[in-house]
Amino acid sequence: MSETHFAIAAVLATAAVTWGLRALPFVALSTLRTGDTVDYLSTRMPAGVMIILVVYSLSDLPLPQPQSLVPLTALATTVGLHLWRGNALLSILGGTTVHVVLSSTVPAF
Amino acid sequence: MRISPDLRVAFLDSAPVGLGFVPIGLTYGVLVVQADLDWWWAGLSALLIYGGSFEFLLIGMVTATAPLTAIAAAAFMVNFRHVFYALSFPLHRIRSRAGKAYATFALSDEAYALATGEQARTWPGRRILWSQFCMHMYWVGGATAGALLGGFIPDSVQGLDFALTALFTVLALDALKDTRGDVPTPVLALGSALIALIFFPDQMLVAALALFAAALLGRHLITRRRPSRV
Repeated sequence: MSETHFAIAAVLATAAVTWGLRALPFVALSTLRTGDTVDYLSTRMPAGVMIILVVYSLSDLPLPQPQSLVPLTALATTVGLHLWRGNALLSILGGTTVHVVLSSTVPAF
Repeated sequence: MRISPDLRVAFLDSAPVGLGFVPIGLTYGVLVVQADLDWWWAGLSALLIYGGSFEFLLIGMVTATAPLTAIAAAAFMVNFRHVFYALSFPLHRIRSRAGKAYATFALSDEAYALATGEQARTWPGRRILWSQFCMHMYWVGGATAGALLGGFIPDSVQGLDFALTALFTVLALDALKDTRGDVPTPVLALGSALIALIFFPDQMLVAALALFAAALLGRHLITRRRPSRV
């Protein structure tokens, strides 16, 4: 297999697994959709999953070191802006700008 | 050519997600060409996989020519969280078979968050589908542009990847509002994430989601039984 063919095969294998995980549960769960347990889970699941993804995306934070103040400051900016104005666009742009400015200008923190 | 009004509305619905996807997609494209892969591979992988966090991992696996079975197994673990999305994604609102197939294919974290949010409760199927399509195209466009422009971004600009964290933070805050002050839910989620981080650092995401689902289920069984006893 050439390098190019391998790179394409890797994409196809990943795509098949990912689509399978996204689509097959709908078939399996179609009989459960109206259940009381499913209602309970589905109203609480989104918030919890998103919180876990936030922690996951920050999981390489060098916590004891002062460098971790850069993402934490950016995170505080995003949370603060979102609680204040409730505008997703502004909160994401604000936090990301703070992060880019801090990590580009103070490398020797 | 007339633009469908559903597409116009969906474009606005998904614009905040696009603001997160485009810079992260650009970053992804830049990393692809820096790893000596062809520029079109960035676009192809973004189009066919459309699973951001794993695509970043795939760059390393492809350049190291990892076995396809190892790639498939890793994709399974990292993307396993999508299994839970079937619980509440409103697929029944989408009528056509092709539409349903595309909706499950393009069921990213952000598509799920947008379609299950408070504001989307009245959205018809077409509005959900078009917003998924917009998000998919933000990602493909960002990745392709990043791969083509890769060499022109100065090395001094760093930290764009925070857009992903900011995006999840905003979606978490909005989803929390929808639970109407249900305190145990975020506490259980945070606890599951920290336990997974400490005990299963290599499989943090899958472990955290499984712990959280189990904790939520346990809590439901306990609180449901209590009132019937009194």
